[in-house]
Amino acid sequence: MATIHTPAEQKRQGIGQGLLQGLGVTLKTMLRPAVTQQYPHVKPDLPARTRGVIALKESNCTVCYKCARECPDWCIYIDAHKESHEPASGGRARSVKVLDRFAIDYALCMYCGICVEACPFDALFWSPEFEYAEYDIGSMTHEKERLEEWTYTVLPPPALEVGAEPAVEPPPAEAAS
Amino acid sequence: MSDLVFLAQAGQSVVDQWTSNFWLAAIVKTVGVLGFFLVVPLAVGYMEHKVLAHMQARLGPMEAGGFHGWAQLVADGVKFIQKEDVVPAAADRMVFSLAPGVALVPYIVVLAVLPLGSEVFALNLDVGIFFVMAVAGVGVLGVLMAGWASANKFSLMGALRAAAQLIAYELPLVLASAGVVMLAGSLSLIDIVEAQREIWYVVPLFPLFVIFMIASLAELTRPPFDMPIADSEIIFGAYTEYSGLKFAFFLLSEYGGIVVLSGIASVLFLGGYLPLPGIPIPGPLMTMGKIFALSFVVIWLRATYPRLREDQLQRFAWVALVPLSLVWILGVAFVKVAVD
Repeated sequence: MATIHTPAEQKRQGIGQGLLQGLGVTLKTMLRPAVTQQYPHVKPDLPARTRGVIALKESNCTVCYKCARECPDWCIYIDAHKESHEPASGGRARSVKVLDRFAIDYALCMYCGICVEACPFDALFWSPEFEYAEYDIGSMTHEKERLEEWTYTVLPPPALEVGAEPAVEPPPAEAAS
Repeated sequence: MSDLVFLAQAGQSVVDQWTSNFWLAAIVKTVGVLGFFLVVPLAVGYMEHKVLAHMQARLGPMEAGGFHGWAQLVADGVKFIQKEDVVPAAADRMVFSLAPGVALVPYIVVLAVLPLGSEVFALNLDVGIFFVMAVAGVGVLGVLMAGWASANKFSLMGALRAAAQLIAYELPLVLASAGVVMLAGSLSLIDIVEAQREIWYVVPLFPLFVIFMIASLAELTRPPFDMPIADSEIIFGAYTEYSGLKFAFFLLSEYGGIVVLSGIASVLFLGGYLPLPGIPIPGPLMTMGKIFALSFVVIWLRATYPRLREDQLQRFAWVALVPLSLVWILGVAFVKVAVD
């Protein structure tokens, strides 16, 4: 392998050795397999927890709007309405927020992940999916159905370290089902 | 004096054996040379794409044509044809349009005397290698014309660099081939090949071979001697203002130049169509193999070395290459006289 020489050493060796070493390096590189991945034909070999896109587990969402408010470039759209219903056992009417629309404009999103951090109920996840390119900037806004699909490839959270406090809740993916 | 007096008598081309009709033979030879010029440089260009890519741990073109991107240069050609042909407003239109042709044609003409086999060639000139050197030197005129006519400072800089480089390196190139001519005792390329039946000249004249290859690289303005098109300094030198088909002509003349100078080097030093001892391979295949091997070396050097500085380049030619080749020619002359 090429080693680093001091200027004095280089002078003693002359220029020939360095030139030959250079030829050796390129020839060796040529004979080794290329590192290129033929992407559309061969799927890239990505880490399982790649942060490709942000996905939404709708059933975990309580419509608290925290993600939308924390988002630095306002790319999350949330529409919801309030429904109230009388409990069968009587008493005052209970109200619940129902999510109508949850959309992320990926033309604006800068993949900072603050929404994932801000979500108090584990409704937002980093998903390894990355193939959602569109031909039109308007189509870059993806609705909650699409965001839901991306959760299918999210791995369960890693196991707790040895000696850590036990988890209070079961993992969110199981809680939803 | 008849036009044909200077034609050598030794060796007869396959075309002349097949027909004695002058015009038919001329047409067949022209088509053959043109076909060779349009196909082989493309193959070398494709080889450059692939070799350069793999030396940088990449794959190079993989899509065009299906199998490992073999049709990439054909696709490039189609793209160049479709592009708009821009001529700068201040340019000298006539000279600007003529320049790519002037750069391209000399290499086609040189191919006419390049022997692929003992009987596969278009012309066997008595003055073969002299003719090659004279005609190949015309190419720089095309670059000068391009640089001057573009009305662009960078183009002019590039053209002047190219001219200075050609003057500096034409000398070692001619001196290196002079050593071969002295040893072979003939200027005809066929005779030079035949004179190597005992031993290829690369063995006794190895330093001259190295000098010839270095000077060829500089003649072709290939890296590490590509100051005339140094893109980080002068954009693209004389070709800066060119687009479309005219630019493609310059590119073609560069790859054609690689083929021609590899061919000449293989004839002068590697025994041209002579096969390796004990391996019966037909002459033309042998020549092609040597041309591609030398082209590979040219590409290999491009992948390995960075560009020299302009003054280093001139210094290297005048201080190192010219004296070295002169000394070797003297040596060859002494040995030749002593042996005879």
